Amino acid sequence: MLKDIFQKKRRYATIPSEKTKREIPDGLMTKCAKCGTIQYSKELEKQFKVCPACGYHARLNALERLEMMLDNGRLFEYDSDMVSVDPLQFPGYAEKLEKHSEKTGFRDAVITGEGTINGYPVVVVAMSFDFFGGSMGSVVGEKVTRAIETAIQKHYPLIIFSTSGGARMEESILSLMQMAKTSAALARFNEQRGLYISVITDPTFGGVPASFAMLGDYILAEPGAAFGFTGRRVIEQTIRQKLPDNFQTAEFNLQHGQLDKVVHRKDMRQVLAAILELHSRGGVTQRGG
Amino acid sequence: MAGELSFEKPLEELRAKIDELKRFGTEKGIDFTEEIARLEDRYVKLAEEIYTNLSVPDKLLIARHAQRPTTMDYIHAIIDDFIELHGDRLYGDDLAIVGGIGKLDGVPVTVVGHQKGKDTKDNIARNFGMPHPEGFRKGLRLMKQAEKFRRPILTFIDTPGAFPGGAAEERGQAEAIARNLIEMANFRVPIICVIIGEGGSGGALALGVGNRILMLENAVYSVSSPEAAASILYKDAKQSLKAAEAMKITADHIVELGVADGIIAEPRGGAHRDLQQQAAYIKDALLIHLGELLKLSEQELLDDRYNKYRAIGQYTFIQQLGEVH
Repeated sequence: MLKDIFQKKRRYATIPSEKTKREIPDGLMTKCAKCGTIQYSKELEKQFKVCPACGYHARLNALERLEMMLDNGRLFEYDSDMVSVDPLQFPGYAEKLEKHSEKTGFRDAVITGEGTINGYPVVVVAMSFDFFGGSMGSVVGEKVTRAIETAIQKHYPLIIFSTSGGARMEESILSLMQMAKTSAALARFNEQRGLYISVITDPTFGGVPASFAMLGDYILAEPGAAFGFTGRRVIEQTIRQKLPDNFQTAEFNLQHGQLDKVVHRKDMRQVLAAILELHSRGGVTQRGG
Repeated sequence: MAGELSFEKPLEELRAKIDELKRFGTEKGIDFTEEIARLEDRYVKLAEEIYTNLSVPDKLLIARHAQRPTTMDYIHAIIDDFIELHGDRLYGDDLAIVGGIGKLDGVPVTVVGHQKGKDTKDNIARNFGMPHPEGFRKGLRLMKQAEKFRRPILTFIDTPGAFPGGAAEERGQAEAIARNLIEMANFRVPIICVIIGEGGSGGALALGVGNRILMLENAVYSVSSPEAAASILYKDAKQSLKAAEAMKITADHIVELGVADGIIAEPRGGAHRDLQQQAAYIKDALLIHLGELLKLSEQELLDDRYNKYRAIGQYTFIQQLGEVH
């Protein structure tokens, strides 16, 4: 048919782009997601995955984060076998969960457990943005709540490294209620005068900052980490408001009084250890350690 | 008034037909009594059929109806000697959240709720019931005051969500919501929350941590507005009805999922059909639940609230897949 003839006609020739010509064997080199500088992956690991050219803090998954922060990278993991179900029989949810599991090797968007930082025992929580956009469903809420309850039980300080794109839409109201559940657990932790340090990493939006991430006794953030309740794109689309370039970055939020300190990843362990040390006399850490 | 609800169209048409027949009969002096009675009978049956089979989109229309009673309507109808209080003492007075003190059947209470506008001008002043941080902080201030004076707290929830704007972010929208959650978890007084219309996202939850969560029959409660959910899930806000169905946002589902503790009936056709009747239903429910909660000690109230939220969520363990906890 006439139509078919036209369809077959290619309008453009494909020319190999700059990018494909400079192709690098998988894993050997890494390109900075922000400035494009190419680095030996091994070298970048030594730099805590922070670009030496522009200072961009590459996103870490939960395991990478905890390996970097804990003494000898050693974690005693809690509830590693907990997995999501599909409580609303939401179309496509089960398949998506499987896909994210396969892609990342994680069972959900959070890892919890305990370890030590400079010898101080801590309960730690770290989230992964690459699993389902770091969204909080029942599993994230339950694991975080259990971690807080363990910190209460053991009189350990609590450190949470957050990253999240928002709610797990596929669990709707149950997802929303995890905000209340985790916050209620923190209320109990507070009653016991437990120490909670919240570390916000890029990006952290929606229900996570509107619950546990903004409830730390100390709130730290990595340089450039974007966080807030509603993301910039949604604000621009909904109310057509022009926003400054640095809107919602850690530095912007620091200026607006939303956090205590912006901490470079290479200094994070040291800052955490210093805060833990300051609370070790008469605080909860003494009884734990 | 009812013209905005598309599912009521067959009823309106039938009503028009009956009226027409009546007028024609009177004009021409013909007796249509029998036909009219038959049509009236059909009207009753059709109404029954329509109102007992409301779909999720139908309920969403009712929940968002322009004449749906607001927090202030219920306060005036239920609370005696109400005094409205203003401001968060930090930044301003957000009219998207109202609150104050008064009496429920003789018991002093603090009431806080989202407030949608009654018309366009009012809606602009009240930002369509979408609070800024100062709104949540105003609510928190009033609730803290309630705790100081050992007054039970009643909240009315009706918001599309927290306002998505630059200024709201600068002033700590996330922190304001989070602060309300942790504080509400710890108040040593009974808290009863009633979702009277739209319960949208963290903006709703920020007034929604209580010992009892009650929902009006046609109210909805979800993690985000169906429009926002559709643009995230299907990259298309126009598929909001599909999202609304999938997210199980109606009162029956919210009870089934263990979040709401009870449903308050609405007059047929929705709360806007009869404010006084609706207010009476709400008052009855509040009195029953408040009566129960007032019997609890402070510690029992705290434990009751903690256990309520502690139990919400569904998950399993890899060895026992298929078995839901």
